[in-house]
Amino acid sequence: MNFLRRKLDDLKRPFGKGQKWERYAPAINAFDTFLFVPNHTTKTGAHIRDAVDLKRTMVTVIIALMPALIYGIYNTGYQYYSQTGEAFTFLDAFIHGSWKIIPMIIVSYVVGLTIEFIFAVYRGHEVNEGYLVTGLLIPMIMPVDIPLWMVAVSVAFAVLIAKEAFGGTGMNILNPALTARAFAFFAYPTYMSGNKVWVSEASSMDGISGETILGTLAAGGNVNYSFFEMFQGSIPGSIAETSAFFVLIGAIILIATGVGSWRIMLGGVIGAAVVGLLFNFWGANALMSFSWVNHLVVGGFAFGLVFMATDPVSGAQTNKGKWIYGLLIGVFCILIRVFNPAYPEGVMLAILLMNVFAPTIDHYVVQGNISKRKKRWVAALKTA
Amino acid sequence: MSQGIRINRGANINLKGEANKLLTEAKPSNTFALKPDNFFGITPRLMVKEGDEVVKGAPVFHAKHDPKILFVSPASGVIKEIRRGAKRKILEIVIQSSDASPAKHSIGALDKMDRAATMEVLLSSGAWPFIKQRPYGILADPQVVPKAIYVSTFSTAPLDVDFQFLLKNNKDDFQIGIDVLNQLVDNPVNLSIDASFSGFFHNIKDVNFIAIKGPHPAGNVSVQMHNHNPINMGENVWEVRPEDVVNIGKLFSSGEFSAQRTIAVAGSSVIYPQYIKTHIGAKISSLTKIAGINNDIQNRYINGDVLSGVSVSDQGYIDFYNNLLTIIPEGNHYRMFGWLPFMDNKIPSLSNTSLSWLFGKKGYDVDTNMNGEERAFVVTGEMEKVFPMDIYPMQLLKACMAGDIEKMEALGIYEVIPEDFGLIDYASTSKIEAQEIIREGIELMIKEVG
Repeated sequence: MNFLRRKLDDLKRPFGKGQKWERYAPAINAFDTFLFVPNHTTKTGAHIRDAVDLKRTMVTVIIALMPALIYGIYNTGYQYYSQTGEAFTFLDAFIHGSWKIIPMIIVSYVVGLTIEFIFAVYRGHEVNEGYLVTGLLIPMIMPVDIPLWMVAVSVAFAVLIAKEAFGGTGMNILNPALTARAFAFFAYPTYMSGNKVWVSEASSMDGISGETILGTLAAGGNVNYSFFEMFQGSIPGSIAETSAFFVLIGAIILIATGVGSWRIMLGGVIGAAVVGLLFNFWGANALMSFSWVNHLVVGGFAFGLVFMATDPVSGAQTNKGKWIYGLLIGVFCILIRVFNPAYPEGVMLAILLMNVFAPTIDHYVVQGNISKRKKRWVAALKTA
Repeated sequence: MSQGIRINRGANINLKGEANKLLTEAKPSNTFALKPDNFFGITPRLMVKEGDEVVKGAPVFHAKHDPKILFVSPASGVIKEIRRGAKRKILEIVIQSSDASPAKHSIGALDKMDRAATMEVLLSSGAWPFIKQRPYGILADPQVVPKAIYVSTFSTAPLDVDFQFLLKNNKDDFQIGIDVLNQLVDNPVNLSIDASFSGFFHNIKDVNFIAIKGPHPAGNVSVQMHNHNPINMGENVWEVRPEDVVNIGKLFSSGEFSAQRTIAVAGSSVIYPQYIKTHIGAKISSLTKIAGINNDIQNRYINGDVLSGVSVSDQGYIDFYNNLLTIIPEGNHYRMFGWLPFMDNKIPSLSNTSLSWLFGKKGYDVDTNMNGEERAFVVTGEMEKVFPMDIYPMQLLKACMAGDIEKMEALGIYEVIPEDFGLIDYASTSKIEAQEIIREGIELMIKEVG
């Protein structure tokens, strides 16, 4: 360790204060602080600090994403082989999925981090860790056959327009990963919806097709999957969204570590369940009578609620606000699913919509605190 | 009368090196010092020059905005040096001690004095700086009658002192001090006590007891005021620390300015952590000589506790208000992959991304490492967990950063002082310097609103 440390210190010398590469210090610091927590000591304020930092928080989210990602890779192969009818093993399916998905992850990280590094150097601040999560999320919510250049363009759009234009990590209004998906969704609709994109190779091989459950329902078709298949996730869909079970494991990790807000998640589940139940009573069409329990496990609802809605930057920030924000995401998700057949999956738009309204929700929550205080002032003046 | 308050949010951080219940008397130190910086918001006007002789209780400087507020010498001596910093700002007035006898005040019987007479004694004797006010945590304004006076008899900060033990020989003077303070205010002084303690504070007369239960920052006066009777705009509330109640009491019982200061020397770098009786402004080395310091490592000396104290050099002096000198190792070392969850669990953490709660029984060994780098506000909800007031801390911090005075007022800037954000500094994932932000916010308020 000491040897490595000395090497790094030597390497960093030209990036020091007053040296010729000082401007590029954020770039080398990003690598350095990835290897070592720096030796900085407290200067002002509290003299001791908690062991937690943003890197640790973001890495916890990545760990929570792993079960869903690994299952997503397997399911990509599973959907392919079960449609072609070839005999396959778990490993075959996993390898097929890896060939599809790992390049997407690499493209997403390379493009996104390059932009982040450029902005860090340009603005003279350290590279923030937020993109480590965003960069993994983006491929996880794309259809498997989307061309890599579209991934790259979506990533660039999301990082530049959704994040850096607002001032970088911590300042953005919309969730960057969902912005990337929304961009791809509206820019390249043929690659993002329909019945030919959800199973690998479906567009190039005649024997394969695959419609998502919500797509089938919106088109008036019948669903042949059991609840267990939907819960386990052996269904067509975006790469890592299909398995409610593995998303649930991620949710447990996020809640247990305190990194993800349980208020938002629970609020969302309650909102979706109640609206789903109401539609079940109404039951005017196939989508309305689709059981509320199934609504919770199909499509991207679980994934979006656990990993996207809980993004602390674009979500509500007050505890009361988190409840309202979560509830409304659940409500809007089911409303969009049922009433708008052009968008079979509503969770992306529901979260983006609530991202926009989160500051308003917080505003009213905080305003409540303010008017309480001002009422107290007035009461004190009267008695004085 | 007695009231009970339960504080639910907050956290106690159990550190190694708590002071043993052992009271030693320090020999008077060779030199001692007064530091104008100890009095937030005060611009000093010197009344002495280098070489002047001052007796204990003789004025050294007064406040620029009010010449009646005097700051007096805590012991007798000769002005050795007036140490100045940038723009000739006065940092320290160093005094070489001598044996000259202290200044005497003739003070009549307390029950025959009215409020004005009592105020006059406090101001002319130099005891006024013992009284601080809210809002802002600055020196009390002698022109106003406060809504209430609070004395918190316990502190919940890491390693902080036990006033019950510290003042065990000063019960009578404490009562006199309370009687004096009762003259200044219409309602009896609010004496907050730790609900689990049963000591002499329970026997103090003519006070309104507030029994408080809960983790740090339950001992902070802001938290107690907020949960007892919150400060409204335009109101003034005063606060006196327990040992300064004794100092005020001693002034009235003896006629001499009292600068007694009992310091707990604590922290994992201290070999014999203990309580040492000395006076305000004493030289730190006169205390560390007694307690013994592990000098094999680089240490940080803190006037106050690890969350809200001020760092000081080992050749420096004790501050005016604090009862605690904390000495812990500096943390200028690297930790490989230390950002991984569940790594380095020996470092205390309030986050569940660490198993540190398994290792806290005997107290944590801490150092001054940042454990990360400063980042933008990202994580939400963590500040509220350690901030037991009906105030939105993150929104208040943002209002302070934006310098939005109206918003700061509305969000509760009158009810807080920087030390209330000590735990937020500590717990913040993004390493936000919350106390600094609040201090700057309060400075802006004083400048713009007054």
